[in-house]
Amino acid sequence: MSATIVSLPDQSSARIPKVNYITKENGILSWLLTGDHKRIAILYLISLSFFFFIGGALAGLIRLELLTPQTDLMATDTYNKVFTMHGVIMIFFFLVPSVPATLGNFLIPLMIGAKDLALPKINLLSWYLYMAGGILAIYTMATGGVDTGWTFTTPLSTHYVNTNVLTTGLAAFIAGFSSIFTGLNFIVTIHKMRAPGMTWFRLPLFVWAHYAASILMVLATPVVAIAIVLIALERTIGIGVFDPTKGGDPLLFQHLFWFYSHPAVYIMILPGMGVISETISTFSRKRVFGYTAVAFSSVAIAIFGFFVWAHHMFIMGISNYAVLVFSLLTMLVAVPSAIKIFNWTFTLYKGSITFETPMLYTFGFMGLFTIGGLTGVFLGTSGTDIHLTETYFIVAHFHFVMVGGMLMAFLAGIHFWWPKMTGRMYPEKISQLAAVITFIGFNFTFFPQFILGTLGMPRRYASYPPEFQILNVFSTAGATILGVGYLLPVLYLTWSLKYGAIAGNNPWQATGLEWQTQSPPLTENFVVMPIMDHEAYDYEWLERQKEIEVTHAG
Amino acid sequence: MDHISPVIWQFLVKWMTNFALFPPEASTIAPQMDALLFFMVLVSLIGLTIVILLVTSFSILYSKERHPVAVQVEGSTLLEATWTIIPLGLFLVMFVWGALIYFRVFTPPANAMNIYVVGKQWMWKAEHPGGQHEINSLHVPTGRAVQLTLISQDVFHSFSIPAFRVKREAIPGRYTTVWFEPTVPGTYHLFCTQYCGTNHSQMIGDIVVMTPEGYKQWLAESTSGMSLAQNGERLFASLSCAACHNARPDARGPSLANVYGAKLPLSSGGTVTADEAYLRESILNPSQHVTQGYVPIMPTYQGQISEEGVIALVEYIKNLNSDYRIQQTLNTTDMLPGSEGKAATAAAGSAGQKSAPQGMVKP
Repeated sequence: MSATIVSLPDQSSARIPKVNYITKENGILSWLLTGDHKRIAILYLISLSFFFFIGGALAGLIRLELLTPQTDLMATDTYNKVFTMHGVIMIFFFLVPSVPATLGNFLIPLMIGAKDLALPKINLLSWYLYMAGGILAIYTMATGGVDTGWTFTTPLSTHYVNTNVLTTGLAAFIAGFSSIFTGLNFIVTIHKMRAPGMTWFRLPLFVWAHYAASILMVLATPVVAIAIVLIALERTIGIGVFDPTKGGDPLLFQHLFWFYSHPAVYIMILPGMGVISETISTFSRKRVFGYTAVAFSSVAIAIFGFFVWAHHMFIMGISNYAVLVFSLLTMLVAVPSAIKIFNWTFTLYKGSITFETPMLYTFGFMGLFTIGGLTGVFLGTSGTDIHLTETYFIVAHFHFVMVGGMLMAFLAGIHFWWPKMTGRMYPEKISQLAAVITFIGFNFTFFPQFILGTLGMPRRYASYPPEFQILNVFSTAGATILGVGYLLPVLYLTWSLKYGAIAGNNPWQATGLEWQTQSPPLTENFVVMPIMDHEAYDYEWLERQKEIEVTHAG
Repeated sequence: MDHISPVIWQFLVKWMTNFALFPPEASTIAPQMDALLFFMVLVSLIGLTIVILLVTSFSILYSKERHPVAVQVEGSTLLEATWTIIPLGLFLVMFVWGALIYFRVFTPPANAMNIYVVGKQWMWKAEHPGGQHEINSLHVPTGRAVQLTLISQDVFHSFSIPAFRVKREAIPGRYTTVWFEPTVPGTYHLFCTQYCGTNHSQMIGDIVVMTPEGYKQWLAESTSGMSLAQNGERLFASLSCAACHNARPDARGPSLANVYGAKLPLSSGGTVTADEAYLRESILNPSQHVTQGYVPIMPTYQGQISEEGVIALVEYIKNLNSDYRIQQTLNTTDMLPGSEGKAATAAAGSAGQKSAPQGMVKP
């Protein structure tokens, strides 16, 4: 029998445990100098939310400007800076670290039955690097901003703009190391610190997804660091790697940049897929359909993800045969994503489904990610990419994947593990409402952009021909609804910190090891080293445990 | 409907009357691409419907009220194989279909009429072979294959014509090409779709598709009196190119007649096909591309000629193969000291340029 503590079915008399990771030590320094993965996760959660709302405010400005065809809210230069900073902040300071740095940090040691990550001090260093990068990014924004687009395309970024390219590049460079260290930490932890009996195929799929994403972080991020260094050298001393007049190749930068930035979209989405695997299993009371297929599809996405970067460059004069190869590989990377969607769908089959907020976000994810993934095939197909690339179709596609997919998964995860992180429940009704509002607002915002893109409206335009106005008005109106959908959780989650119902150890009756310890957990996570003696998502094991507890208690 | 705000009402009316999912189809490739797009939309809708139907029906059938105890199902190799193989098959169909279109868009027919386009912050300049210049507009005839040879003078730009379903990046330091055959006369959008700095969203223009007669008339009205090749010839003279490239036996540079499209042996070994890109590179970066038998003495013209100038020179060199052109070349070498009398030789020598200069020996 395992030595884990299993919750009793009746939680009405439950109290928040007096000793837990939050109450263990007091004072701001005990947080800023902590090595506890759970406290670092909370630090990340607070700072990530801060950056998300800055990025979101910038998105609001973009949508306001696009309400009318003319440039009337701001000058084109300002608009260019706004969308650049929106991209930089959302990608480097929100999406890349979002799920891994908060939920991954908090949960991976708990899920595998470890006391902490393998390298707690490196973990804290990651957060400081992230903050240094983030503050630098905000500083550049305050001191004039940058207008290269988040893609830093040469030779625009090296020779033609005189905004803060170097400092913004430095911010992304520093944040990159934060990401590398986090990935490294996860890989070592997952390899070395699993509890007895926790074999690879007993790991929750959340851990598999993070393992795959960590490999990408460690292997791909250095390439963008190199690309940024080369930009800096080109700008300062003119080494001429990207400058055609010195024999350099301006396309080389895009190869380097996308060699990171394409895997980076998988760094962003894989952890989100991990969240979905957990929530869909818990709320349908069923083992994930085809566990092995879902686990390996994460790894397949990570591997194939490295070999599709040039599909961002189909019209840039790379060889036609290179286009063939990259288009084919892109089709192959779409398949594991399709597998995941169907496996999740069939997890519902013969389940016993309830519809709490995390599950609503999960359904939102599945619908929007399916659209995002399928429209990705439109762009991976070389012929249609000619017409659709560099238009709002691209914008809509990656927002469906990143906002509709990743952000929905992030919110699903935050709601799902909120009781574990804080010991209290969020208010159910209003959060269900927020999930529905987010879904509606999202579709209003981004679906019209597919039509705009097909009609040919280019991305990154501050002004546009008047016939595109109506769809843009729809989009802006939707963004307003979406904004409400994102504000609500901030309000009620903060409220729940003090007034939320006591959660107890395992409010969802989930099977993961993280649910078999107290909420919020102890600094050491477990009182006794847990022993894993069953498969992941084994709800029958959970039932047996409850019977044993009841007989012992009675 | 007066309880609806008049602004919103106006909007709805405007939207319903102008509603479109696809831009106008005004080139031969447009219907082909739309067919594939339509197929993909159809497949996506079916796929999405399947997912939504499954999720909804499972949610109803297996909700906790109806189905209080879950039945554990491990997975099914057969089902998983099905939803691996069917999407893979569909994606591969799209891949092949898309690749066919891709190759069609970027493989111009041999008889295509060539127009040069130079992108710069923040305008498009088009150079017709007849010497007509345009800024932020492009006039093309229906029923004729038009190839664009694009280059950028500064940063990346992208020449996008949604109504033709074509788009091509204009890259600094490199020619790229794309072609189309317009089918429906009218005025269509031209966009720069690659972000290029401050006035990116103002780097737009009109594509004017005309009937062949209308186009002919437009050409006649817009001529500057000199063709692009003639402009190149003037440059060739003023830059003293003929001081070396004069096709004389003791010339310090190789003869340029018939050089376009030829396979040239390089002094570094190997051969190269002298296309537009090679000619451009040889003007701007000559020491990298020395033809066998010559020494790398040619100075670089980087920074001395604009991209339009290079285009004119390239166009001139491309045309250096007719008797007319030989004569022109020799006329320009007239300006060199010590070359009296060869114009007459050239005029007499219809045997081609190679033999013509052989009659001329330095006095």
